[in-house]
Amino acid sequence: MTWTAGFATRSDGTVGKNGSEACETLRNKLLFHKESPFLSEEGLSDPGPEIALRTAHQLTVENDGMADSIVLPRAVSRTDVIREICQHLAPFQIGEKPITGSTVIAKDLAIDSLAIMDMVMELEDRFDVSIPMNVIAEIHTVDQLADTIRELRARN
Amino acid sequence: MGLFDRHAGLLEAYRGVRTTGADPFQIRMERVLSPTEAIINGKKTLLVGTNNYFGLTFDPSCMDAAIEAIRAEGTGTTGSRIANGSYNEHVALEHEIAEFYGKKHCMVFTTGYQANLGVIPGLVGQGDFLFIDADSHASIYDACKMTQAEVIRFKHNDPASLEARLRRLDQKQEGDKPGNRLVVLEGIYSMLGDSAPLKEFVEVCKRYSAYVLIDEAHSLGALGEHGRGLCEAAGVLDDCHFVVGTFSKTLGAIGGYCVSDDPDFDILRVTVRSYMFTASSPPSIVASVRQALRTVKARPELRKQLWDNVATLYDGLAAQGFKLGPEHGPVVGVHLPDRETTIAFWRAMLDAGIYVNVATPPATPNGVSLLRCSLCAVHTRGQLEHMIEVMTGIGRQMGLLPPPKIRAAGGL
Repeated sequence: MTWTAGFATRSDGTVGKNGSEACETLRNKLLFHKESPFLSEEGLSDPGPEIALRTAHQLTVENDGMADSIVLPRAVSRTDVIREICQHLAPFQIGEKPITGSTVIAKDLAIDSLAIMDMVMELEDRFDVSIPMNVIAEIHTVDQLADTIRELRARN
Repeated sequence: MGLFDRHAGLLEAYRGVRTTGADPFQIRMERVLSPTEAIINGKKTLLVGTNNYFGLTFDPSCMDAAIEAIRAEGTGTTGSRIANGSYNEHVALEHEIAEFYGKKHCMVFTTGYQANLGVIPGLVGQGDFLFIDADSHASIYDACKMTQAEVIRFKHNDPASLEARLRRLDQKQEGDKPGNRLVVLEGIYSMLGDSAPLKEFVEVCKRYSAYVLIDEAHSLGALGEHGRGLCEAAGVLDDCHFVVGTFSKTLGAIGGYCVSDDPDFDILRVTVRSYMFTASSPPSIVASVRQALRTVKARPELRKQLWDNVATLYDGLAAQGFKLGPEHGPVVGVHLPDRETTIAFWRAMLDAGIYVNVATPPATPNGVSLLRCSLCAVHTRGQLEHMIEVMTGIGRQMGLLPPPKIRAAGGL
């Protein structure tokens, strides 16, 4: 999804935190557009102005020679997270047994503790969260991992 | 349920190892003749799998110092450092190590494992944050379990990965009371023998106000103009708040230490359990280690000999087509396709009179299986060339190496 901001980036290179008029316009577009990823799946709701500003580091600016466009990745749904986890676990699948939300990672898959931690590190980078080792120790199923990731994303 | 049932999986895997031939975990040194030779299975065997980087275990001055100390002070202290186990010599050793690093304080432990186990939980607790390299030594992982601090792993030798995690912490901590951050690095990693990009790591740590603890177990003597390790070689000794090291490699005995400039460092002597509730090093070990440290300082040519030998082995094996680690190092890891091949190769080498270490998952990063060869300053060129020849022969026999290039006569 792309919104063309229609203005040049500010002289200090930042994209809005001090509320210049153009940035206000952009922020409102991000929040209230019916396709905005900041609206939850369940319905239209306004998560608040802080959200748009805090995720600025996820925004990238693309220039097509005429205008700067701010490109935002799609918001991450629970299905997205589960799908991503299953993709990472696929190499460790045992036979034809499918990987589902209730799969117990250390028991139902051919994966050792180090490989689990390495996979978690990949997911941390993919979803831009940090999962402390004591929290990893308490995660047993794919569902629990997905919920932890979403919880940590929401806190940020 | 039996007590050992939880180890059933490991037992199964281990049985597999034993059926392939000799068990690498049960090798007996029947007699050790020198830093580079021992009798194993009744046969004289070349040792390329010790951590005896300068060969000081048989250095006459170190041996004499140990013998002298036994005659003067007996076989052991039979006490902890906070009771009757602090002799003048223990304190002198601490001063000498601190001076070697140009730091103000040093604490000596009975083993290097205990140094990490003790210092790391002593520095961070509830509310603090610990960042460790994914390929950290077991002692560092165990130390993490002993603290209430939050522990976060970053990708091996990847400053950007550390930075991402520190940045996330900064974002999360807006408004919270910030805890201390401690980043734990190693100088030379024991499996692949690669070194950390320390300057870049230190820059990241500075930017995010994190303390740096570097474990220089394999790098003392080997790196740095004066053998002070990677922190010296990278020019960041002043930025490493804590340097941890060991006596069981270059210094040829057993024990560990931590140095620091922190003015409150000495409080650790009455809070670190692996210092307080364990016996201190015997006088013979303290004496040989002090002499070994003097030797490291007085004989820089040993460092050069070590690196010459590294080049001989690394370049020689690479030229034959072996898959090695990313850089020259006192540890040369030879990658092999899987555990069975590695153990078979290791066994073939032992039968041919050469001992190296085996490392297989889960002890190794990224699921690699490898033969771990460690060099010694007193290896001879002839010994290493013989080793390359033997390994090449085995490699070809097992179909692991490309065939030798055939040179056509007449330049066709």
